[in-house]
Amino acid sequence: MSSTLNIPPQFEIVDRPLDTQMTISMGPQHPSTHGVLRLELVLDGEMVVKATPDIGYLHTGMEKLFEYKKYQQGIVITDRMDYLNPLGNNLAYVMAVEKLLELQIPERAQTIRVLMCELQRIASHLVWLGTHALDIGAMSVFFYCFREREKILNLIEAASGGRLTPSYFRIGGLMMDLPSGFERRVRQFQDAFLKSVDEFHTLLTGNRIFQNRTKGVGVITAEDAIDWGLSGPCLRGSGVDLDIRRTNPYTSYETYDFEVPVEQDCDVWARYMVRMREMKESHKIVAQALARLKPGPVKADAPKVVLPDREAMKTHMDALIHHFLIVAEGFDVPAGEVYHPIEASKGELGVYVKSDGGPKPSRVHFRGPSFVNLSALPHMSEGAMVADIVAIIGSLDIVLGEIDR
Amino acid sequence: MDWNPYIHSGLILVAITIAFLTIMLLCAATVLAERRVLAFIQGRLGPNRVGFGGVLQPFADFIKTMMKEDLVPDQSTRFVFLLAPMIAIVTAIMAIVVYPFGPTVTLPFLNWTFPLVIARFDVALLYVLGVTSVGVYGIALAGWSSNNKYSLLGGLRSAAQMISYELALGLSLIGVVLLSGTLDIYSIVEQQSGWYGSQWNIIYQPLGFILYLIAAIAETNRVPFDLPEAETELVAGFHTEYSSIKFLLFFNAEYINMITVSMLATTLFLGGWNVPFAESLFGRGTLLFALICVLGFFAKIMFFLFLYIWLRGTLPRFRFDQLMDFGWKFLLPVAILNIVLTATVLFFTTG
Repeated sequence: MSSTLNIPPQFEIVDRPLDTQMTISMGPQHPSTHGVLRLELVLDGEMVVKATPDIGYLHTGMEKLFEYKKYQQGIVITDRMDYLNPLGNNLAYVMAVEKLLELQIPERAQTIRVLMCELQRIASHLVWLGTHALDIGAMSVFFYCFREREKILNLIEAASGGRLTPSYFRIGGLMMDLPSGFERRVRQFQDAFLKSVDEFHTLLTGNRIFQNRTKGVGVITAEDAIDWGLSGPCLRGSGVDLDIRRTNPYTSYETYDFEVPVEQDCDVWARYMVRMREMKESHKIVAQALARLKPGPVKADAPKVVLPDREAMKTHMDALIHHFLIVAEGFDVPAGEVYHPIEASKGELGVYVKSDGGPKPSRVHFRGPSFVNLSALPHMSEGAMVADIVAIIGSLDIVLGEIDR
Repeated sequence: MDWNPYIHSGLILVAITIAFLTIMLLCAATVLAERRVLAFIQGRLGPNRVGFGGVLQPFADFIKTMMKEDLVPDQSTRFVFLLAPMIAIVTAIMAIVVYPFGPTVTLPFLNWTFPLVIARFDVALLYVLGVTSVGVYGIALAGWSSNNKYSLLGGLRSAAQMISYELALGLSLIGVVLLSGTLDIYSIVEQQSGWYGSQWNIIYQPLGFILYLIAAIAETNRVPFDLPEAETELVAGFHTEYSSIKFLLFFNAEYINMITVSMLATTLFLGGWNVPFAESLFGRGTLLFALICVLGFFAKIMFFLFLYIWLRGTLPRFRFDQLMDFGWKFLLPVAILNIVLTATVLFFTTG
């Protein structure tokens, strides 16, 4: 019976002044907090009075780790931050360092970067769609999304050898050129993908239950969204037309023809529609990148920074020396500091790198979009129900690896 | 000495045993079918290792779950915590007894004649509704006694949901009762025989059938109405704290409830064991006819079970307030409208 309690005193139940309210700890082990997010919910029945996110369960000290690694070794760490969009992280970090080094990247490498990044964006959005739909209760969409994502991961694996941790973009270019037959495989994926997106639309967009669950939920106005520093689809879902690919182009995004989807509804539904449309835009960009893929070098002409080819090392003395020096000592980066933002799948991913000269950075900081977007959760979830909280978290598309770093 | 009462009791015992085993096997088959069909919907294979094509998987699951530690939370109300799964399973099984799963059979050579129903009495439909509505106690008490906030939310949700949908469920059946003029399920089925299937109540009560189908899904806590155990919101809802055999009882109760509401839909709307053309082909009263009818009955049940699984593979979940709105503001008025329509038509046609 309940009288036989042997609870340690520190866990004793504290009397709440308002006995109609209930505090519930959602997470860090909860099916729909996307990893190890913990929410402290104060509930009045099913209504949420207050939602406080509690983060740090995945903290690994990554940013500090950069200071102990050479510049080229830092790429590997970026893979592990936003593990659904590793190529985007690679790109942001690599471009920041390249800015310090003032390197010129060959055209083919830039095109491949765009191609791979957009594929990765589709993959990231597919995971978002799958988990978001799963949170709302539509189970099968999850599997369909992961089926499509698998094809992209196979492509990334073919190019880089890694599925979740590709480290494909290197300072000064790429790890290596695309394998033969890669274009054909991408085209195969492209052909099947549009049909899948239509399938997702059939399953979710027209579904009355899904519309009821998403429309008018988690509203954040454009002014509030800007005030909270939201970026990416979350911001564009509130009707603010801001895309760094457009406003501050990098890797020649300005030469690609694509639309920036903006929705005015400010709710979960708007963010859903933005991402669904973005997948089609990414699909367009991939097609354009494929079309302009011409043979050429994929590494910058900077022998002191870029690792030489395997063949060159066997035939040229200086290539061997450069290889040894880069691997053993690293390369010196001129002193200075730089901030480079890119439009990652979740929003503005900014990398701040400070160099005092020498082969290791003195400080690397990431402006993770998930972190900033999550901070608006308490604002969005005022007056929501428990089921809405789950939908809102899903619509923010957070990755805890990036939030906790 | 008159042996007839003893023979009668013995036959009923045999019937109960057979029905119980059948339901349990059907339950196991449903669990397997759910996993396999859902897997095929989702582009997976599903369990296919245990036995031929995975047919023994439910038994493997059963043994595995039985072996788990039977935990009772420290701060739970122990008696109620133990009582809840029993209420759930007992009420689920109790409803089975009134369904006729075949016509009256005469055994050849022995000349024994008996109906293929365990208990036949004239308020069978009322009994079914009464017994199934007690089932909500199992869930609500489980949620309350676990002393877990997620369980409590699940229990409260299910109490509210089942009481609301009970109304629509009951009202959707009134049309059939008005048509047949009886609450005896056996007679309702008998009345639907003949005319090659055109006597089935679904033809005269299409609206009632759809209403019943929706309310029944909500009543059994299945997608899209699976709020009491919404795993992405409430972890596992009311059975979060249950493990081992107690969890198994809840799990079984859910599937038996699915089967019973399918049986009720079959008997009330789809003619029960009546199979079109079977009577003219094989003749009433023969053993072959009975066999065809029993198979037809189970085929209809399986159609409903498949529908459940199909829905689970397709639809998202309602939110709590939307669920209540749907139940009170849509299902209930439409059900009442259905009753008024049926009564009016009956008044003018039969006089």
